[in-house]
Amino acid sequence: MNTALLILFHLILLLAIPPLLPGIINKIKALAAGRKGPPVLQLYYDLFKLARKQVVLSQTTTWTFIAAPVVTLTALLIAGLMVPFGSFPAPLSFTGDLILFAYLLALGRFFTTAAALDTGSAFEGMGAAREVTFACLSEPALFFALLVPAKMSGALVLAELLHAPLTATWQTAAAPMVLVAVGLFIILLAENCRIPVDDPNTHLELTMIHEVMVLDHSGPLLGLILYGASIKLFILCALFLHIAMPFQAATPLGNALLFLIEMPLTAVTVGLVESVMARLQMRHVPYLLIAAILFCGFGFILLVR
Amino acid sequence: MSESHHHAPVLLPITNGQTVPLNRIPILTPDLFQSVVLRELAAGARAVTYFGMKPRHGLGLDLHIALAHDSRNELLLTSTHVEARTVPSMTPVQPQLHLFEREIAEQFGLIPEGHPWFKPVRYHHAEKPNVDAWNRPDDQPILPAVGDFYRVEGDDIHEVAVGPVHAGIIEPGHFRFQCHGEHVFHLEIALGYQHRGIENALLGAHPNKALHLIENIAGDTAIAHATAYCRLLEALSGVQPPIRAQALRAIALELERLANHIGDLGALAGDIGFLPTSSYNGRIRGDFLNMTALLCGNRFGRGMLRPGGVECDADAARIADLQKRLNAGEKDTASAVELLFDTPSVLARFEGKGTLPKETAAALGIVGPAARACGLARDVRHDHPYGLYRFAQLPMSTCDTCDIFARAYVRRLEIQQSIQFIREQAAALPAGPIKTPIAPLKPDHFALTLVEGWRGELCHTLVTDEQGRIRRCKIVDPSFHNWIGLAYAVRNQQISDFPICNKSFNLSYCGHDL
Repeated sequence: MNTALLILFHLILLLAIPPLLPGIINKIKALAAGRKGPPVLQLYYDLFKLARKQVVLSQTTTWTFIAAPVVTLTALLIAGLMVPFGSFPAPLSFTGDLILFAYLLALGRFFTTAAALDTGSAFEGMGAAREVTFACLSEPALFFALLVPAKMSGALVLAELLHAPLTATWQTAAAPMVLVAVGLFIILLAENCRIPVDDPNTHLELTMIHEVMVLDHSGPLLGLILYGASIKLFILCALFLHIAMPFQAATPLGNALLFLIEMPLTAVTVGLVESVMARLQMRHVPYLLIAAILFCGFGFILLVR
Repeated sequence: MSESHHHAPVLLPITNGQTVPLNRIPILTPDLFQSVVLRELAAGARAVTYFGMKPRHGLGLDLHIALAHDSRNELLLTSTHVEARTVPSMTPVQPQLHLFEREIAEQFGLIPEGHPWFKPVRYHHAEKPNVDAWNRPDDQPILPAVGDFYRVEGDDIHEVAVGPVHAGIIEPGHFRFQCHGEHVFHLEIALGYQHRGIENALLGAHPNKALHLIENIAGDTAIAHATAYCRLLEALSGVQPPIRAQALRAIALELERLANHIGDLGALAGDIGFLPTSSYNGRIRGDFLNMTALLCGNRFGRGMLRPGGVECDADAARIADLQKRLNAGEKDTASAVELLFDTPSVLARFEGKGTLPKETAAALGIVGPAARACGLARDVRHDHPYGLYRFAQLPMSTCDTCDIFARAYVRRLEIQQSIQFIREQAAALPAGPIKTPIAPLKPDHFALTLVEGWRGELCHTLVTDEQGRIRRCKIVDPSFHNWIGLAYAVRNQQISDFPICNKSFNLSYCGHDL
């Protein structure tokens, strides 16, 4: 296939598919609880609705408050360009881009927390403190997770280290790969504010992590945040799939289909995890994240020993 | 009670729902009143109600108190007349009186000197002009939660204010936390936003209109409050409701308990993000509300009770339908609740969190499932039985871990027992009429009833004047006793655990605010 077409495909996937994932998760959660649940396309409807709404701004906020959703979404979109989606190659890739990838996520987080502090609300400050505390632990876990494929492929380029050789790695070093996959799944849950770390459905401000930081955002700004959150989920799911699902179809088309099947399945898995367990108490969240670091770290040690 | 003196007794023993002529209640001097009350409380009694009443003639204030020795199944009355503007506070010795003293000060301007945290309760004007205990002007409105809050000083301390507008569809109340990071040092709760003046609105209200007010004290406790009030009117008019009516009342009261306990367990699951029980119990709660609707046409039991009996009879077909629904409801509840208690991630959130030590709960005068979860054996149905509960005993459900788990577990046990109780009572429903006409109220009488609502003990007191009209009505909702228990339970907890602690008590704002 020609490169321009592949890039176009990548962009379409990156821009259009993400809002589907929260819809699938919510549907699974509803079904598991014996409810019908909102339509799978609900987030698309919500985004459309929010886009037409007015923005209400608190008098205490500054430009940071408006800039945050824009910067966060932009950072996530750039990060999304570096991750190959299944067999679709990443349009943007260079040596060491995995560092940039991690810090683009961090940049988004920085602006979100800055906007939360900008409102001067006790709730939002609390949420920002929690978010930053937990990020300190999920970031090293992410680096450890990426070290394993980096070591195996000998590359420091996301597109390369996530690609083909992983099938071989599973055959020669299944144990470290299992550890890394588990660790990465925990990171996926934590970074996307899912149960057991955070509860995206709660209305209780005092228990929130991510939701409480965006309480004051409204209208299109809130829409950008929700859209950005779904893109982050999509990117991390894609990353997780490379590590956890190293199957390759014979043809590029088959690979594309495989990706399009695996992605909703990941959302289903997240939905099932959320359906069968309660949230951790806030104090125990770091333990879970440290477990993620240990999983990824041990995976790396097993590989290099 | 030491009956060694030969002069008049200082305490009048009564039974739950008994009426006595006002002049038979001992009137002690303020000093003797305090020493008698403190003696009884120190001997293990509990204050079920303590209120002020304008004297019929002259100045000053009459104070009435009812004390319960639960283990001896004994209720004691006494009173005093105070002319002074201040009395020594009994709260430093007996913390369970703290809110009663504040309430009396707010309503009548009698200042309890030495009260450790002397603030208004509901933020309204006093009954008379020029007596405000905080010297607030009579001609200006009083806004809720205005005033100083307890503060912990220090650079690292931050204050979190929650409410009165909350994120969920709940009532208004203001919570002020003193925190160090996620750690809660202190919580102060300011209520009063829902104050409607129900006690005064009942004065001179027609009994049927009064019942509407009573059913609206706390919408989720309509049957319990209506039961208490109807029993007062029956006692004061010397009428016994027919036994069939008493059985239907008890069935309705247990159905109210079931719907709320099941809803609470679901809400506890919802607060920790445990979806299955949260969703199932939401639906099952509706099934039990519909059983109440089957009995009387209203899901919350409004209009079910009438002074003298009940409004709606249940024929055999209806009872059979109730039994069928009860069996289905029991099965659904059992599996949804078992799932909750069998999930390790749920227990990790319940166990050892929001602990209210037994001694603290006893000192604060906590009632209901919250008290039984601290190992305190307090249940009106057991200790001061009335109506059907005199014939049909319900075992008391207690748990001694004092935490969120205990409060959930007591509810689970009570769900099982209430279902069993309804099944047995509905199968053996006595025949006969459902209503006795009530007579005019006896003049110059005092009546007190206790009812174990789903949240705990509620106490209604009525005093009639010389023409048999209502002179004073005092209502104590269980929430009035228990809000302070929540404030203590969240001390030294994580602030993120506050909502689940709160839900484990699930107190009423409007029941407190009246």
